[in-house]
Amino acid sequence: MKPTHFEILPLQSDEDLVQVRQKLRARMVELGFTLVEQTKMVTAASELGRNALLYGGGGTARLESVEDSNRLGLRMTIEDQGAGIADIEQAMTDGYTSGSGLGLGLGGSKRLVKDFELWSEPGLGTRVTIALWK
Amino acid sequence: MEQIPILQVGEFLLVSIQVDLHDRLVLRLQDDLTAQVVKKQAKGVLIDLSTVEIVDSFIGRMLGNMAALSQMLGAHAVVVGIRPAVAITIVELGLSLNNVHTALNVDKGIALLQTLVKQSSAEVRDEAYPL
Repeated sequence: MKPTHFEILPLQSDEDLVQVRQKLRARMVELGFTLVEQTKMVTAASELGRNALLYGGGGTARLESVEDSNRLGLRMTIEDQGAGIADIEQAMTDGYTSGSGLGLGLGGSKRLVKDFELWSEPGLGTRVTIALWK
Repeated sequence: MEQIPILQVGEFLLVSIQVDLHDRLVLRLQDDLTAQVVKKQAKGVLIDLSTVEIVDSFIGRMLGNMAALSQMLGAHAVVVGIRPAVAITIVELGLSLNNVHTALNVDKGIALLQTLVKQSSAEVRDEAYPL
């Protein structure tokens, strides 16, 4: 699997999050993803981006087109250098929140995009990668 | 500062969201809408999402809050115009908009509001003059 194109977007404010959603949407339209696929992936990115803002003190979103031997995909990696997640299993559970949210962000995002990878280390930060393939 | 307009249509308020919503903007809308419901003594609130491309858990929670707040202040709330792709995403995300009335479009939303207002004034009459 090799990345063919990528850009790194800042995630420091509400406005940045809107930018990330718009850039992701535009790339998905270019690549010919369906409206439902676009909506699911952008919604997942919005959840994860908000987590990075609220709990990670901000971070970055890396948007890249990827391809392997027979398919094209789009991958987004949202990363922060915040407190990290001590109990990942608990954090993935619907309804669990360490803040004031609904606790649907992580579990919900995973349902929206099948390709979901979470890395987190207490004290170091959190990185979530989501991808959708054509 | 950015703001989402709230229009008065008879005894109802109409909020048509035409921009990409960021979190502060939604919080501001909640405050503005609550103030307007009281100021205009609105009987109903219609929130039109027909141009909204995503509803994530924060926006969904705020829609629920706005409906609950309106209800507390004497106005029914109906959310209209949810796009099919957005509806699919809301369900998979696990959001429940259980406490929120929804309708297909603005026309049907206004009809629903009128029914809800009629029902609640009939209930008030029944309580005032029991058989």
